[in-house]
Amino acid sequence: MQERNEPERKTGGQVAIGVRNVRMSYGEFEVLHDITFDVKAGETMVILGGSGSGKTTLLRALMGLEKPVSGAILVRGHDLCCVPPKEMAELRKKFGVSFQDGALFGSMTIGENVALPVREHTRLDDSTIKVLVRLKLEEVGLSGFEDYYPAQLSGGMKKRAAVARALTLDPEILFFDEPSAGLDPIVAAGIDELILKLKRAFGMTIVVVTHELASAFRIADRMIVMDRGKIIAIGTPEEMKASRHPRVRQFFDRVPDQEVSGDDGLLERLTRNLRI
Amino acid sequence: MAVIETVGQAAIDGLVYVGDLAILTGRCAHAAVTAPFQWRRLRGERIIRQAMAVGVGAIPVLSLIAFFIGEIMALQSAYELRKLGAIALVARVVAISITRELGPLITAIVVIGRSGSAFAAEIGSMKVNSELDALETMALDPVEFLVAPKLMAAVVMLPCLTIWADFLGVLGGATFGVAAAGFTLGTYLHATLESLAYRDIVTGLIKSVVFGVVITAVGSQEGLSTGLGAEQVGRSTTSAVVKSIFLVVAVDLVFTSFFYFAAPR
Ligand SMILES: Nc1ncnc2c1ncn2[C@@H]1O[C@H](COP(=O)(O)OP(=O)(O)O)[C@@H](O)[C@H]1O
Ligand SMILES: [Mg+2]
Repeated sequence: MQERNEPERKTGGQVAIGVRNVRMSYGEFEVLHDITFDVKAGETMVILGGSGSGKTTLLRALMGLEKPVSGAILVRGHDLCCVPPKEMAELRKKFGVSFQDGALFGSMTIGENVALPVREHTRLDDSTIKVLVRLKLEEVGLSGFEDYYPAQLSGGMKKRAAVARALTLDPEILFFDEPSAGLDPIVAAGIDELILKLKRAFGMTIVVVTHELASAFRIADRMIVMDRGKIIAIGTPEEMKASRHPRVRQFFDRVPDQEVSGDDGLLERLTRNLRI
Repeated sequence: MAVIETVGQAAIDGLVYVGDLAILTGRCAHAAVTAPFQWRRLRGERIIRQAMAVGVGAIPVLSLIAFFIGEIMALQSAYELRKLGAIALVARVVAISITRELGPLITAIVVIGRSGSAFAAEIGSMKVNSELDALETMALDPVEFLVAPKLMAAVVMLPCLTIWADFLGVLGGATFGVAAAGFTLGTYLHATLESLAYRDIVTGLIKSVVFGVVITAVGSQEGLSTGLGAEQVGRSTTSAVVKSIFLVVAVDLVFTSFFYFAAPR
């Protein structure tokens, strides 16, 4: 509880990422409809929602990997749509990203993976980089694994290694896509603790996408609940628990979707989008 | 009507594809020019690693194939030359066909099979595994980081391999020449050098540089445009090989005609 309010005080609630009326689509198919919210500097924002609700798409837009059809994404005051490549590179050096499946470079060892951003973007000499890599791996509890290849690590270790790589350039904003999906509860809890530790230690702005309720409530300062490409609720974990929104309640209470009732409904669903 | 439409569409698609290749090559060239002014420690290392894979790794199989093709050329041409009583010309026929045409072409085909396919598979599986996205979020451009070193390696290694293939092709021809056409190794090599002009070798090498560009651009382009899912990597690899072979032969035709008509001997 105390930790939760701390970053808020430190940064005075500046906006780190502003999302304004963003729409995104894959081809004809619109997957995000009119999304608007702010992530404040130093807070941990959790984006919660079912599979296919558009969380990953939203996160990719925040990192500038995908361009919105309309609307704006403002990161530290820059509109991502129109940042020239040089400034985009500078901006991205302030990002740390842990992808859904880790996205570690399979042809490099864990040590090389973690070292890559520093090697490419700084002039530090090899021994300094080595120390830095050990430090980052130590931080995520993976010391001694420098020479392993990603394929030799378990799922949880890969996620940790991805976090270590995300931390190399001392980012200001950390993005996590499903950090604990597919991990057993103990390992998943370990990742949650790691995220909390990073927040305490560095006061980073953290955006976490997840569908795991327990993990969301453990780490979030504020959260967004998404459903079919829309934000249906936004607020602190306490406010969320008190929400009366039917879809939010359904998500939190783990109630399955209702079967479509009656023959007409079934017929409608089976023949939808068919040209007969 | 439908036929014309299909053919027209295919032609347009083909042109667009070649345009994409040109853009990709341009971006690599830009990266190569700006690189010395930026601090990029791993760049040299990556070029060397690619050059080893493209060049040194290809030497054993290329040597054998070039040697055999040289020998086959000698055997095939000997049929006719013997009838004409001109068996002594076998060295000349082998030398010219190998240096001008077969050396560069065999080299290109071997590199397509070994490296063009590997480029597509490597970049394609990185794409499927979000590694390309990871590069971008680290402010590293996948084209600059992955494609440019491959291009530089290929452009240097293809002519080198071609010279080597030329040499082994001639040696292959020499085995026949010595065994069945009354040459000694010395007189065969002498006859070879007599019959070759600089331009035979140089035009072959110019073609091989262009082949290197084509192979890398196609392999990388196919890798970068890989769809979602592991089976798409296989598809990209296959189409990288098929498209490179086609484009290499097409480019070969264009250059050979150019050399023939624009600069006759
Ligand atoms: N590359 C893509 N091409 C087409 N549709 C996609 C693509 N990626 C995701 N989608 C669709 O967009 C919607 C949202 O996907 P996503 O953002 O991955 O959801 P989540 O991460 O919440 O599970 C889904 O309906 C999905 O089918
Ligand atoms: Mg997702």
